[in-house]
Order: sequence, then structure tokens, then C-alpha cells
Amino acid sequence: MSTDKMFGEYGGQFVPESLMPAIEELTDAYERYVLDNEAGFVDEFQRRLADFGGRPLPLQHAESLSERYDTEVYLKREDLLHGGAHKLNNALGQVLLAKYMGKERIVAETGAGQHGTATAMAAAHLDMPCEIYMGETDIRRQRPNVFRMKINGAEITPVTTGRGTLKEAISETMRDWATTVETTHYVIGSVVGPAPFPRMVRDFQAVISEEAREQVQEKTGRLPDAVLACAGGGSNTMGAFHHFVDDEDVDLYAVEAGGSSLDVDEEAGVAPNSASLSTGEEGVLHGARTKLLQDSHGQIMESHSVSAGLDYAGVGPELAHLVDEDRVDAVNVDDDSALEAFHRLSQDEGVIPALETAHAFGYLEEHHDELGDLVIVNVSGRGDKDLETVLEETEKRDLDVAPDMSVLRAAAGSGGDL
Amino acid sequence: MSLERVFADEPAFVPYVAAGDPTYEESLEYVEALERGGADVIELGLPFSEPIAEGSTIQEAVVRSLEGGMTPDRYFEFVEDLDVAVPLVCMTYYNLIAQYTHPETGETGPRAFARRADEVGIEGFVVVDLPAEEAEPLRAACDEFGQDLVFIIAPTTKGERLERMQENVSGYVYVQARLGVTGARDDVSDQTEESLARVDDWDVPKAVGFGIKTGEHAERIVSAGADGIIVGSALVDIIAEGADPEVDQPFAETAQRLESKARELKEGALAGAERAAAERSD
Ligand SMILES: Cc1ncc(COP(=O)(O)O)c(C=O)c1O
Repeated sequence: MSTDKMFGEYGGQFVPESLMPAIEELTDAYERYVLDNEAGFVDEFQRRLADFGGRPLPLQHAESLSERYDTEVYLKREDLLHGGAHKLNNALGQVLLAKYMGKERIVAETGAGQHGTATAMAAAHLDMPCEIYMGETDIRRQRPNVFRMKINGAEITPVTTGRGTLKEAISETMRDWATTVETTHYVIGSVVGPAPFPRMVRDFQAVISEEAREQVQEKTGRLPDAVLACAGGGSNTMGAFHHFVDDEDVDLYAVEAGGSSLDVDEEAGVAPNSASLSTGEEGVLHGARTKLLQDSHGQIMESHSVSAGLDYAGVGPELAHLVDEDRVDAVNVDDDSALEAFHRLSQDEGVIPALETAHAFGYLEEHHDELGDLVIVNVSGRGDKDLETVLEETEKRDLDVAPDMSVLRAAAGSGGDL
Repeated sequence: MSLERVFADEPAFVPYVAAGDPTYEESLEYVEALERGGADVIELGLPFSEPIAEGSTIQEAVVRSLEGGMTPDRYFEFVEDLDVAVPLVCMTYYNLIAQYTHPETGETGPRAFARRADEVGIEGFVVVDLPAEEAEPLRAACDEFGQDLVFIIAPTTKGERLERMQENVSGYVYVQARLGVTGARDDVSDQTEESLARVDDWDVPKAVGFGIKTGEHAERIVSAGADGIIVGSALVDIIAEGADPEVDQPFAETAQRLESKARELKEGALAGAERAAAERSD
């Protein structure tokens, strides 16, 4: 077993045989184009990230939060990337790579719709046909992104198996890929899947920490005490951490979705959270050995989070490894805390975060005392896609920081159209 | 003794069904019906919650079985309760093997799984998401307990990979007739002959699967050079119809239909062998 397929004991290539040749072909292309910049791939990627994507992105000093927590808080503004989330870094990289490889078609899965949107945009930009698999539950809760994918010309195929979330969408995309592998590239949306995906996606996302590390030193003359990022599959996390991993004094926090509870219902096969780093067990899913939410027999559990993009029973193998090595702290916050943080950041800073991102701010609220004097939070995406969900979920709860929405209700009551 | 023996005299019919589909009791009857219909080896599925290589027919079978409470230990009990003489192969996904805990020894992982399988008489494994590259721990356990590890050759498998697999395979080689996922089809893939040609000089029997539905398909595939045929979805479709509450079919009738379908497929395979022999003597 070649060690570069692995991160300690995690990783590997557990896929049906029909996909193995494509994975070998991808490994070869990754080494040549991405690692060795053959045919100027990396130069073209960087140029497109700048001109199409809008990089570099600011590292913003968050004045209200800094005052609130008596800690200097900086925001890495991936929400300002074209498409509204860090996902474009990876999608653009992979669609471009697919072009260099001579592939004719793109498939992808999406949970929150952010990866689907980024892929649809990159595919439209680079003139590739594109099909996106998305769970029915997620189609319902992320409608704006469904429109955006459609508008960019992507086909959307609803997935109805299981709970209709990200796990099922990944399985379905793998089925498509197994059928069309000779002409199609699967743009996986996070640092998950068989090697070389976890390493390659991390490389495409590492631009986040590359910029942030330089920017923080420029602005403050030092490295941060802590970097926080939310973790679903872990791509914005690995992107935000990568260039800090060797800086041992910088604490790295991967904030998972605690959902409504960390307990599991073994009988029903349901975990009311998506905290696979915090509570999962080692196993094999979607091509890699990693930490998973699974029952004692090895069946994968249905996960839950108020945020579609974190709602996944697995996590990237490199992140699992860094947690085992005590280099990354796996922490989590629940749905309520994420919703509160969503409102707080919107009100205090004028930044409406994705519900995924809001988990990182929930952790900052609860633990700011322990994080040191200088903290970077990766704003992985913007929250426009989540407004319907936030309205609905806020009404169900009694949150301290929620705005008064009665103006909407009054308008609805008087025959106004919502 | 290797599974090769069942391919020695005549083309083998290798059915697949998911254990426990749609219920434990009915499934026992169905597997036995397949043997009466002429099965030579039975690939008995141990259901995994994320069957990424399966089309909708088998996906739904997996859901029915899991909802009925199937677990790896129930599966081994199921094998013990079965009254069949033909060899059994366990078809599953790797996580169930990696997580398995032997009920008596407390050991976990591939060796524990292979040991328990050996205790109930399972002679081999097909693990859908375990390419040769990742197979070493299970391979070692299979060697220890005298079991076969069957690999799937896909239409995309070529060159060095093919050689590596030739060295690793035992029992029989599963030749995937077409790209994609499992599911019964109305035609036989043109890729079949090409795929068979690639393993022509291998000294293990070649069983072709993916998409085979009728006796006529079986005949064509065997006459093209296969030593056996693997049929899953076309059989699971019959079980699914029987399990449909709106159809309300007594399970004895479903068992009868499975037995006839098995006979059709076996006879098709035999006819294919005769056709091949006749063509050779021409
Ligand atoms: C804004 C945002 N942040 C985070 C995530 C979680 O993914 P990852 O953990 O791979 O960054 C998503 C996924 O859709 C997302 O849209």
C-alpha cells in the first residue's frame, strides 16, 4: 500500500473495480498537472480563481465581535468568493482538470447546493455539460441554490433513497460515475472519497490558509492563536488549516454539527447530529477508511443537522488523522447555537453567514475565553441560500438574538404576498 | 476445496439474492427454490446500507432486508438455517467485514468475519468495494480458512491491473458484462465477448454477470465462452413482485416462479455449452 493514499490509517481506495482505472488516471493527472504544473495547469487555475472567482479575498477585522469577546477576531471572507462559498476553489480546479484530462462530462453531488452551484458555474464557465445529484430533502431546504444550478444550465437529478441528504447523493453520483466513467469526471465536493480526492481537494482549498497566513502576519505581525472552521466533509476546514498545520502554536478547531443531540438512536439507525469526528467510529464509506456515524454492525446511520452542508455521516480522512494526532481539536455545537450565531453575526457584523459557517461562530460564542488573543474564523459561505430555513427554524424556537419577524406576519395576515 | 470444482463439468448457474429479502422465513424458501431450479453456487448478499454498485432492484431488496432486521450475525444464522447442498459465497461491502466482531472470540475485522463465515460453511467472498489493492487483510484470512476471494473484472480493467488481479483471484473470476450498476437488461452487452477475451488465458473459471435476464441471454453468454452466468436483479425482481402488498401473491407461488426462472437460466446455459461444442466441431 502506497503511503500517499493514506493519512495514517485513514484513506485508501475502497471502490468498485469499474472505477479503479479512472482513479489511477486521475492520480496520474493530479500528479502531472496539479503537483508538477504540467501544461501550465496551475497558472491557468490561479488566473481563473482571480478573474472569475475574485481572489484574493479579504481577511477582515471583525470589530463588534472583537469587542464582544475581548479577543481580536478576523474573518476569512470565503463568502465573497464567486458563488458565495469556498466550494468554487475546488469545483473550478476539478472542472479545469477534467478539461485537461479530455473528459466530456461532469457529474457532482451536492448537499447544501453550494458545491452543486459552484460546479454548475465552473462547468458553464469552461463549457462542460454537467449533472448534479441532490437529495430530495436538500432540494426542499436549499431551493435558491437549485434555481441557481438550473440557471447555469445544469441537470438536477433528485435522490429519493434514505433520508434524501448528502450521503445518498454521493452514493447515487458514484452509480452514475460507474456507468459513464470513460467520459465523465466526478467532481466530489469535499475532502472525502477515494485517493487522490482528499489530497487533491485539500490542495485546491489550501489557497484559503495560504492567503490567510500571509494576511494575518501583514495586519498583526504575528500568527493567530486559533483558526476555526466548520466541518461537514471538511474541505473548508482543511483549506483553512493546511498552511498552519506546521505552526504548532496555532490551535486548529474543526466545528461539527451537534444537531439536536449527541446521542444516537441505534435501533432506528439515526444520529440526531453529524458529528462524525467527535462521536464516530472508524470504518469504510464512499471509497475511504475514515470516522463514520455507524451502528455496531457497520451500517451507516442517517445523520442530522439544521445545515444541509454539514449533514453527512462521514468526514475527510486527513481531518480524522489530524484529530487522532491531536493536531486538530474536534468540537461541535448544536442547531440552536448555530442559529443564534447566524443572527448574531448578521446583526453585529453585517455578514449573513451560511448555516454551516454559523457553527464555527457558535463555538466562538461558547468558548472565546479559551481561544487566545487572536482568532481567525473561516467564513466558509454566505447565508442567502438559508433564509427560508432560518425563518422556519427560528419560529420554532425561543432564541435570544432572533429579530422580530412580525412585520412579515402582519403583511401576510393583511393579504400581502410572502 | 476451491469453488472451481462446480464449473468443471458443465456451465454453472450462479444466482444472487439478498439474504432476508423480503423476510427471513420467505428468503430461506427462496434460496432453496433456487437450488431446486439448478443453482450451482449461490451468491448470498449480506445487505449494506450504502450499496453503491447496485441498481434500484437490488437497492430496494437491501432496504427490505435491513428493515426486517438483518445483521451480520443474523446472516450467519440464516446460512445455518438454510437447507441447501450447493456452495455459498457471501457477497457484501467491506465496512461490514471491517466492523465485524466474532461473537465468541471477540476478535474484530476480516479474520473474525472469515472465521465466522467458515464456521457456517461459506466458501468464498465477493466484496464489491474491495479492489485487489485493498484486499490483503481479507486475502490472508481467506487463505487461512481455505476460502476463495472472487474478484470482479470490469470492462475498464486493463493492462497491469489485469495482471495483478490474475495473481490474486481464486475460485472464479466475476466478469462484469457492462459498465455501471447491477440491473436486469433486455439485451446482452457487446462488451461481453471483449471482456471474456481479456481473461481467456486465466486458469480460473469465468462467470459473467450484470444485466442477464433470460435463458436466451444465458445461452449467448455461455456460447461466447463463459464458464458460468451470474444472475441477480432478474431474480430479485420476482421477489419484489411477490413482496408487493398490492399483488398479494402467496410466497409459495413466488418460490415456484423463482424455481422456474432458475431452470430457464440453467437450461439456457447448458444450451449455450452445446452450441459452443457444436461450433467447435464444425
Ligand atoms: C458554506 C458551506 N460551508 C461548509 C460546508 C461543509 O462542507 P466542508 O466541510 O467540505 O467545507 C458547506 C457544504 O455545502 C457549505 O456550503
